[in-house]
Amino acid sequence: MSQKNDRAKEQILKMSGVNPLKCMRCGKCSGTCPSYDEMEYHPHQFVYMVETGEIDKLMQSPSIYKCLSCFACVDRCPRGVEPAKLVEAVRLTVIRQKGMNHMTADSIPALLDDDLPQQAIVSAMRKYSK
Amino acid sequence: MKRIGVFVCHCGTNIAGTVDVKAVAEAMKHEPGVVFSTDYQYMCSQAGQEMIKAAVKEHRLDGIVVCSCSPRMHEATFRKTAAAAGLNSYMVEIANIREQCSWVHKEMPIGTEKAIILAKAAVAKVSLNAPLTPGESPVTKRALVIGGGIAGIQTALDIADAGFPVDIVETKPTIGGKMAQLDKTFPTLDCAACILTPKMVDVAQNEKIRIFSYSEVTDVKGFVGNFDVTIKRKARYVNETLCTGCGACTEKCPMKKVPNEFNLGMDNRHAVYIPFAQAVPKVATIDPNHCLMLKSGKCGLCSKVCGAGAIDYKAKDEFLEERYGAIVVATGFNPISMEKFDEFAYAQSKDVITSLELERLMNAAGPTGGTLLRPSDHQHPHTIVFVQCVGSRCEACAEKGKEYCSKICCMYTAKHAMLIRDKYPDTDVYVFYIDVRTPGKNFDEFYRRAVEEYGVHYIKGMVGKVTPENGVLKVQGSDLIDNRQLHIDADLVVLAAAIEPDKSARPLATMLTASMDTNDFFTEAHPKLRPVESPTAGVFLSGTCQGPKDIPETVSQAGAAASKVIGLLCKDKLLGNPCVAHSDEMMCNGCSTCEKVCPYGAITYEDKEFRMPDRTTKVRRVAKVNEAVCQGCGACTVACMSGAMDLKGFMNKQIMAEVDAICK
Repeated sequence: MSQKNDRAKEQILKMSGVNPLKCMRCGKCSGTCPSYDEMEYHPHQFVYMVETGEIDKLMQSPSIYKCLSCFACVDRCPRGVEPAKLVEAVRLTVIRQKGMNHMTADSIPALLDDDLPQQAIVSAMRKYSK
Repeated sequence: MKRIGVFVCHCGTNIAGTVDVKAVAEAMKHEPGVVFSTDYQYMCSQAGQEMIKAAVKEHRLDGIVVCSCSPRMHEATFRKTAAAAGLNSYMVEIANIREQCSWVHKEMPIGTEKAIILAKAAVAKVSLNAPLTPGESPVTKRALVIGGGIAGIQTALDIADAGFPVDIVETKPTIGGKMAQLDKTFPTLDCAACILTPKMVDVAQNEKIRIFSYSEVTDVKGFVGNFDVTIKRKARYVNETLCTGCGACTEKCPMKKVPNEFNLGMDNRHAVYIPFAQAVPKVATIDPNHCLMLKSGKCGLCSKVCGAGAIDYKAKDEFLEERYGAIVVATGFNPISMEKFDEFAYAQSKDVITSLELERLMNAAGPTGGTLLRPSDHQHPHTIVFVQCVGSRCEACAEKGKEYCSKICCMYTAKHAMLIRDKYPDTDVYVFYIDVRTPGKNFDEFYRRAVEEYGVHYIKGMVGKVTPENGVLKVQGSDLIDNRQLHIDADLVVLAAAIEPDKSARPLATMLTASMDTNDFFTEAHPKLRPVESPTAGVFLSGTCQGPKDIPETVSQAGAAASKVIGLLCKDKLLGNPCVAHSDEMMCNGCSTCEKVCPYGAITYEDKEFRMPDRTTKVRRVAKVNEAVCQGCGACTVACMSGAMDLKGFMNKQIMAEVDAICK
C-alpha cells in the first residue's frame, strides 16, 4: 500500500465514520443493492477495497456516481458497517478536488424533463458538485 | 496480644519478579503481634505448608498471614493447613500480593511498598479475628427439574437412575419440548420422535419421577439443600388421574378452529386437545380461551362423551409447595420472531417460513402428513431457497436479532436441503450462507454429502430481499465467489431463524437469584471448569438455557448436570459459611431496614423480652438472622443505622483496622 493511499484511506474512514473491520463478508449489502448491475465495484467490494487501501481504484470508478444513496445496504447490514457512507466519502473526496465537479449549472438545461421532478436535479447538484 | 506468623510467597517469579519478598518478610517482623516472618518459593506446595505447620508449633502461633495469590485461589488450602496444625481455620488471612500487586505493577520499589502495605492490613485484621465454626444444614434428597424438553428429560432420568426422586415442571400440557416437533435429527437422520418418545415413556413409568405438566414455578425460597418451591398447577379442566387419553372429547368438541401451536399455527386443533399422539402425560387439556362452556356456559359436550367423568369445568389453579435439595434449570429456547425482518417478506407471504415450520411440514404427523407442500396453495415447491443466519450474528439489529451465532442452523439447514433433494429430486435447492460452521463428530462430512451427493447449491452470500410477486418469491441475493447478484424465482423460502432463551428464563433467574448474560442465557459458574453449575449454590443448568446447543451436546450437558445434582444429594449434611451476619440485640432499634435489603430473606424480626436496669421487663422488636440462609453478602451491615448488624469474619472493626493499617 502506497503512502498516498494510506493517507486517502485514513481520510475516507474519518469522513465516513465507517469501520470496515466490522464486516463479516456476508454480502447482504450487494444482495440488496438495486444499482448492482450498474456498478463496476459493488457495495461489499467498497468495504473490502477501503480496508485494503485501494482508494485510487475506487476514486477512478464510475461506480461512485451509480450509487443511488438509497441506504438499503446501511439498513440491512447485520454488522452496522454502512457501505453507502463509504461510497459517499469516496465521491466527496473526488469532487472536492479542483475541477472535478461531476455536475455543473450549465448541464442542467439539457437535463430538464417534464417527467423528472425538479427535486431530483437539486439533489443531484448537491451530490455531484461541491 | 496475638502471636502472628507471616509467610511471604514468591510464586516463582510471579510475585518475586516485581516484589522484593525478603524485604516484605523483614518489614513484617516489626509489626505489632508478629512473632515470626519468613518467605518461601511456593507456599502452597507440600513443603511450604509443612513450613507453616512447623512454625505454628515452634512459635505457638494463633494467627497466620499468607502473602500470596488471590484468596479465591488458595485461601481454602491455607485454611486446611491451619486446621491441620491445630488452629481454627478462620485464623488465616490472605494478603493478595499477586493479582492485586505484582501482576499490575512493573517496578520493584512500588510493588514492594504496596505488598508491605497489603501485608500490614492483613496483620491488622488477623489480630481481631475470632475462631468461627461453620453451621450444618440438612439436604433434602429430592431434585426439581424446570423444563421437560430433552434436556430436562435426560437430567431427570439420570437423577432418578441414581435413586433420588425428581419432579419435572413443564409449562406445556406435555413434556417433549422442541425435539418432539422435529422431523429427523442430524447427522444420522434418525427420526426425532422415534428416539425421544421412548424416553418420554421412561419418564412416565419411572416411579422416582413425578411430572407436573401444564404447571409453572411461581416462587423459590431457601438455599442449597433446602429450596422451598411453589408450583402453580394451572387448571386444565380435566382430571389427570381419571382421564384415559381416549380422545373422545376432542372428537366431539365443536370448537375446531383453534390454531395448533404444536404445528406452529399451520393447522387447527379443538378447544379440548391432546397436543400430539405420543404426549406424556396423555391427558386432554381444555383451552379456556376457546372453550364455549368456560366462556359462555353453553356446550358441555365433552363432559357428556367422557366415559371416565374426567371433565371438570369448575377446576381452579392449584398451588403446591415442595422442598428440594437441588434445582436444575432446563427452560430451553424458541426461534426469534421473523416479523420485523421486512426484507424477507415473512409477514407478507405464507410461503416464507422458518426452519421449525419446515420441520412440521416434512413430519409425517404434521399438517401435510409429511408431504412437502407450500402453505399458500398446497402445491409442491420446485425451487426452494434457504437463508442462513437470519437474526444471528446480527450486531446492528439488536431490536430484532441476536449478536451471537445460533450454532445449530448450519447443520439443520444441510439436513433439510439433503432430505428434500432425496425425497423430491426434481427440486432445486439453494442455500445462502455466510460461513458454514460444522464442527462436530461427522458434521462436516454430513454437510459435504449435501453438496456432493445430493447436489444442493451452496452459495456464499446473503439474500438481500425477497419480494412476493404473482405467487412467486423473487429472491435477490449476492454470490460473492462469482461476484454477481443472483435473482432466483423461488416457490418456498426457508429462514434459519436465530434462537433465543425461553421468555420464562428471566423471571425464573430472579426467583433463583441465578445470574444471566445480556442475552438472557444463564451464566455458568466457570465457563470452562464448571459449565453445568450456576454461581448460585444448588442451581444447575441443562441444555439451551445456558447457550445454543444441539441435541447431542444437550444430552451430554443434561447428564453432567445430573451427576452434579447426584453428588449434592448424596451428602447428608452441608457445611455452611460461618461468615454470616449477626445482630447485637442490645443495639438493634427494630427499624426493619436490614430485612428489606436482605436479598436472601435471611432476616426476620421477633418480639423479645428484655430486663431493664430497674428490674422491670420490656418487650422490644429485634432483628434475627437465619444463619443457614444468610450468604454473608454484608448488605445489612451497611444498611443498619444503629450499628447493630455485623458480619462475622468481616466485622466493622476489622475492616476499619485494615483501613487504618493502609493509611498509616
